[in-house]
Amino acid sequence: MTSIAQETAPLTRRKRRWEVLPYWLILPTVVYLGLFFVWPMIQGFGLALRDEDGWGITAFETMVNDPAFGEAMSFTFLLILVIVPIQFVLAFGMALLLNAKLRGSGIFLYIFLLPLAISDLAAGIAWSAIFTERGYLNTILEGAGVLDQPHIFLDPTSRTQQIVAVATAEIWRSTTFMMVILFAGLQAIPRDYVEAAEVFGAGFFQRVRHVIMPMLKPSIQVAILLRLIFAFEVFAVVIALTGSGATVLAAEAYKWQATNQNEHVAAAYSVVILGLSLAAAAVVLVVLRTPRERRLR
Amino acid sequence: MSTVNDDNLSPWDESFDRRSALVKAGGVGAVLALGGMAGASRALAGSSQNAGKVTAFFGQFGTIAEQEAIRKTVLKGFRGDVDAVFAPLGTNVFVDRVRAEAKAGKGNIDLLIGLHGDFVTFQNEGLLRGLDVVTKQITTLPAPLVKIGKLGTKTQFYVPHSQATYVMVAHKDVLKYMPKGADIDALTYGQVFAWAKAIRKGTGQNRFGLPGSDTGLLHRFSQGFLIPSFTGGFVTEFRSKEAVQAWTYMRQLWQYTHPQSVTYGFMQEPLLSGEVLLAWDHVARLKTALDQRPDDLVAFPVPKGPKGRAYMPVIVGLGVPKNAPNPAGANALIRHLTTISSQAQVLSLLGFFPAVGGRLSKRLSPGLLAEAAAVRKQQKAKDAVQALLPIGLAAEGANFNKVYQDTFKRIVRNGENIQTVLKEQGDLLQAIFTKTGAPCWAPDPPSGKAPCRVK
Repeated sequence: MTSIAQETAPLTRRKRRWEVLPYWLILPTVVYLGLFFVWPMIQGFGLALRDEDGWGITAFETMVNDPAFGEAMSFTFLLILVIVPIQFVLAFGMALLLNAKLRGSGIFLYIFLLPLAISDLAAGIAWSAIFTERGYLNTILEGAGVLDQPHIFLDPTSRTQQIVAVATAEIWRSTTFMMVILFAGLQAIPRDYVEAAEVFGAGFFQRVRHVIMPMLKPSIQVAILLRLIFAFEVFAVVIALTGSGATVLAAEAYKWQATNQNEHVAAAYSVVILGLSLAAAAVVLVVLRTPRERRLR
Repeated sequence: MSTVNDDNLSPWDESFDRRSALVKAGGVGAVLALGGMAGASRALAGSSQNAGKVTAFFGQFGTIAEQEAIRKTVLKGFRGDVDAVFAPLGTNVFVDRVRAEAKAGKGNIDLLIGLHGDFVTFQNEGLLRGLDVVTKQITTLPAPLVKIGKLGTKTQFYVPHSQATYVMVAHKDVLKYMPKGADIDALTYGQVFAWAKAIRKGTGQNRFGLPGSDTGLLHRFSQGFLIPSFTGGFVTEFRSKEAVQAWTYMRQLWQYTHPQSVTYGFMQEPLLSGEVLLAWDHVARLKTALDQRPDDLVAFPVPKGPKGRAYMPVIVGLGVPKNAPNPAGANALIRHLTTISSQAQVLSLLGFFPAVGGRLSKRLSPGLLAEAAAVRKQQKAKDAVQALLPIGLAAEGANFNKVYQDTFKRIVRNGENIQTVLKEQGDLLQAIFTKTGAPCWAPDPPSGKAPCRVK
């Protein structure tokens, strides 16, 4: 008896050490997240819930009573409503195109990836140089004899044109981001399923609708989730294209910090952005949930 | 090094003296604008000893091009090692850092390059060293400007370095649309409106432009030009019926303003591209256009309203914080920056007009000469009214600007009811003065030591 107990003791210890190992392995990540995400987040809440005189919700009151708040909120949501669906359709199409493994699809991948390498501010400035009255588009159209005199394609005081300009720039810039996630998901779908559907006489759209889409759901979920979170943070493109014509939540956070010198209101905006991102994430996670038994293994 | 012991100073009061000195300086500005260059020798450059390491903190000249001009040209030739630090544009970092260093008890900054209003704040908080000795060494400075640098006391707290203001610029092609009988050097706000409207009719497009982006200075147009020209002040009469008239006017003018105005930071760019043919902006932000196209563009004074031709003068000064580690080096740098050659560089590279007296060199670019002439006419105009930059608001300066920015946005761009907006924004404006206790400054009537009141 005792001899057996003596023999098993080192085994248990080794087993126990083995069980603890994963925790050691994730420790650096936990420390990193704690230091650079959780702690700043707590600080952000602290800043937002304080003012010069102490704790309170003055910062939130100032934020809500500011005429720019409602405008920033509505424009942010409007942008998301316009951009995300269009982007999803385009990204899905591009991913299918790449996945079809046509000849030269590698070149498409490179072309699609180019805008991803450009910063959002640079993209905004580039599009502004295209749309502006003395910009490239007018120069080309005038040169080709289409226009007699330059047309203002981007009137930053018109809501419709603000949306069109910002959506164009954002779609151009970040659709690839969604495409990459969807393309990776497509590649993980075993060919057998699609081929089986083909054998049973399913057309292209039927295959997409009933085979590919359901199996791609986890990737779609991730793509839309990340895109939504980034959409709440957009601001450089908006500022570059519309100047003070339009404003979004992240731009207001920046302005309150840099121009108005009030870190409390800036932090309040950040808290709102955080709250909206979390809410959007929760909605996406629930709506696009894939039950465990339907997941690809 | 200065020998003045600031602790022995009697606290200066918000006297009428400082106000009148500032207003008088406007008259001198005329001399200064044309005044400037020739005459004096380089004898001022100071001793040939090396000044050691001097940290210069700039609250002005913060754009990339300006920083480069300062580092590569203006500071070149100074015998010493200058560490030029620039406060980010559109922030309060300049004032904050000086305060923080004073609080920490250990200073790194030797020389401050800031606006008159900044020095008022610093002096109020007792953060500045006296500069009587070095100021006396610089004989080319005009007395009225020197007096302003005393901030109403007997001690020199800053040495005037340069000045600027805002003017209007038009392309010669649109001069034909100017209302009949109008004198370009003595326009009224009504005539500018008629002109902008006629340009639209003649060219088919709105070609009047204002710098309305977040980096533009449109709020200065409301503060220092439009409102005081209509009401005679920019705080006390904020809600008056004259102010309602001013905003009604602005709303109408906006109909003929280029829509891309909300994206303009510096008007020189749309003027050069031809997008805008009639514009208002800071002289330093028009300079490139006038330099590159002197034959196509004309510079002229700002318009006049029912209460005069209000304009905002900008005075840049040099000061030394109390805890500067190398005050002797700072003084040497002050002498360098007030030499004729250095002042000429500031004019030709940065578009800020010299503080030292003299005559403008003929070698200056025609664009700058045209700008200088417009500034001089504006300052000399009989109906000129000086509307000074905010004084004593410190960190609330940003909120002060925000009141005017929001008022503009709500009335002019969103079309809200003028009286309602002025009432609400007026309350916010009053809150700023109640909080800071800042008295009125010119052109608002003096409020003594009491905070300025919005009627």
